Amino acid sequence: MTLEQLQEAIRDAAANATPLRLRGGGSKDFYGNEPRGTILDTRGYAGIVSYEPTELVVTARCGTLLSELESVLDGEAQCLPFEPPHFGPEATLGGCVAAGLSGPRRASAGAVRDFVLGTKIVDGRGRLMSFGGQVMKNVAGYDVTRMLVGSLGTLALLAEMSVKVLPRPAAELSLKLEMPLERAIEAMNRWAARPLPITGTAWLEGELAVRLSGSQVAVRAAREAIGGAALEPAQGEAFWRAIREHTHPFFSGPEPLWRIALPSAARALGINGRTLIEWSGGLRWLKSTAGASAVRDAARALQGHATLFRAADKSAGAFMPLPPALARLHNELKAVFDPASILNPGRMYAER
Amino acid sequence: MGEVLSASRQREVARALRAFLPARAVLYDEEDTRPYECDGLTAYRRLPMVVALPETEEQVRRVLQSCSAMGVPVVPRGAGTGLSGGALPPGDGILLSMAKFMRILRVDPLARVAVVQPGVRNAAISEAAAPFGLYYAPDPSSQIACTIGGNVAENSGGVHCLKYGLTVHNVLRVRGFTIDGEPVELGSEAPDSPGYDLLALAIGSEGMLLVVTEVTVKLLPQPQSAKVLMASFDDVENAGRAVADVIAAGIIPAGLEMMDRPATHAVEQFVGAGYDLEAAAILLCESDGAPEEVEDEIARVKEVLQRSGASRMSESRSEAERLRFWSGRKAAFPAVGRISPDYYCMDGTIPRKRLGEVLNFIAQMEAKYGLRCPNVFHAGDGNLHPLILFDANKPDELHRTEQFAAEVLEKCIEVGGTITGEHGVGIEKINQMCIQFRPEELELFLAVKRAFDPAGLLNPGKAVPTLARCAEYGRMRVHRGKLPHPELPRF
Repeated sequence: MTLEQLQEAIRDAAANATPLRLRGGGSKDFYGNEPRGTILDTRGYAGIVSYEPTELVVTARCGTLLSELESVLDGEAQCLPFEPPHFGPEATLGGCVAAGLSGPRRASAGAVRDFVLGTKIVDGRGRLMSFGGQVMKNVAGYDVTRMLVGSLGTLALLAEMSVKVLPRPAAELSLKLEMPLERAIEAMNRWAARPLPITGTAWLEGELAVRLSGSQVAVRAAREAIGGAALEPAQGEAFWRAIREHTHPFFSGPEPLWRIALPSAARALGINGRTLIEWSGGLRWLKSTAGASAVRDAARALQGHATLFRAADKSAGAFMPLPPALARLHNELKAVFDPASILNPGRMYAER
Repeated sequence: MGEVLSASRQREVARALRAFLPARAVLYDEEDTRPYECDGLTAYRRLPMVVALPETEEQVRRVLQSCSAMGVPVVPRGAGTGLSGGALPPGDGILLSMAKFMRILRVDPLARVAVVQPGVRNAAISEAAAPFGLYYAPDPSSQIACTIGGNVAENSGGVHCLKYGLTVHNVLRVRGFTIDGEPVELGSEAPDSPGYDLLALAIGSEGMLLVVTEVTVKLLPQPQSAKVLMASFDDVENAGRAVADVIAAGIIPAGLEMMDRPATHAVEQFVGAGYDLEAAAILLCESDGAPEEVEDEIARVKEVLQRSGASRMSESRSEAERLRFWSGRKAAFPAVGRISPDYYCMDGTIPRKRLGEVLNFIAQMEAKYGLRCPNVFHAGDGNLHPLILFDANKPDELHRTEQFAAEVLEKCIEVGGTITGEHGVGIEKINQMCIQFRPEELELFLAVKRAFDPAGLLNPGKAVPTLARCAEYGRMRVHRGKLPHPELPRF
């Protein structure tokens, strides 16, 4: 598949006002509001365009399998620092960046948007454009690249992207500690305020797991400071993968799954259901049958927001409604990038 | 005729602002407005029609509403330390100084955030956080003077970006107003705010999308200890390769800086940092963390640099020595200011592997234009600051300097880099934007601008050139031999 074919498909769709559903491997079909439109499959536009480990940058096409990309990086002892969830072996880089979801390392390393340096996009008129680049520091023009991260394909097709990579940590160790929820929230925040190499936290049912990554000496020193029982390396790795990929038993069951983001030191949400806490308290997964408005009001009261992540019924809208001023800016930007309103319509918010 | 009209316009605008601002907060006499005629890029100067100095968010809102209603351009300004003319005032508009927004509203040591007003100095945030063992990471060289509001506008960096990121990585939320006085809040203390990442769009937008009145920043734990290794190289290209070797070894130092011989000579006279004046280039490599971790990393870096051909190495043995090693790098700009009547600081970023080629090109330009150009370089992230020395009082030197700079910036684009890594486009590099971006990309920027500011009143004419301007500059990138919009006038 060529870039011209992708451009042509979008140009045609715009001319005929046919909604398009941009889709890679489909591993994140569940995310956001229900996808609509004719599928434009991006998997044919794949491959790593350039990778120079000493420049700490990899450039790849949207259809590149995330697993393939990660294994190439692994071969050079490097990694995607934001540890993206795949949610399936078919996950692509394009879908990863368009969804903008980050894994356990997010609280310490940063989010997807923190590492995307540049993109080649096809907008809703089929025009090919380039923003950002392959260098770490670049302030020429507005940061369109970062704004597109997490935009769920509603503004443009992300055809190619350059991503900053980092060396894989030399050592890693996972610890488990018994701790009630309120104390765990405080402990995670207190640790985060100290120079400790914590790269993952997960609290669940009175047990707090902590992952340390870095140099041997740093990990050893941090283990002393935190205490708890160490997991076997393979066990630790499997645990964090299960948290990241939602294969951990916590995530099973028919109740809707909410992804609630809060200021990290915020107290417990106080909604009935089961909770798993990550990101030093900044991310609270909630399995609950409580009504959408109750969950969102509780999140709002704590200066946070609640996303209906996985649910049979998403009529409440996957994402928290925006205040009017931001909703207006969203509509204006949508009109700039996709005037015919054909790209993933309604996937993020219902259009006006 | 313009003079007469603008005098009456000035009175009209000042009167409108006086309706809600005290007399001392509305300046229009030349002696009062003169200090605002330029920012850190002093080659461009213009007297603002009126300077407004609001103290409250409500006053900012009313200034913007009034200007919007009267069609008066508004240019926001922090400390005026910017190096690209982003705060160059409009001759027919208002210079909106945010200098009175100086309060630190909240430091939360548990959640590790600070909420500050935009006029708070960058260094003051770290000072306020220090009692809790925390700091604000981005450290532009002007950090004792520059404000966080200006940092947000420019997406400022510093010498520790490679490990700790730029402003965009360290700001969680901003609050402000659009040009029509509508309040907006972008980002939040909670991660991953819903909707498009408008915070990322606003950071580095050079004051063209909104006026920021409050900023929430992330605070990081202070590293327990830090050390600097200074290494000498007989050849600039080898020094560049050594940087790649450090990265290849899986090491991300807290700072990795390079200076060439003309730069070390300039600073050594000025601060006596103890640099090796024989070396063609020196590298400064900082490691931070727990003491054992720092020892370990410094030892590994030493090994790598040894193999890469370092001719001399010395590591800081005390905090005082570490600061002395850095003092030279941090004083590079003022030091150069002492050996030359004027200097012009560039800010291109390049892929590190092209460093040798770009430095050779700069040397050729020195010969071509008959001007000297020491180089300081954020080597870790490829951000180059060549400093062209000139004398503005000599006929033609400023002009030659600008041509020199334009050629270097175009070279940065050619090797896959960018015309600005951290100083912004402002007015200074606006013509080079025509080369870095294609017409449809520039048009998209202009459309994004219109989404926030339909009348184009907020910092007009900065950062993004119109296609007409590019046509005039004569360097528009023509895609497939066709100019877009052939119907547009070109002049």
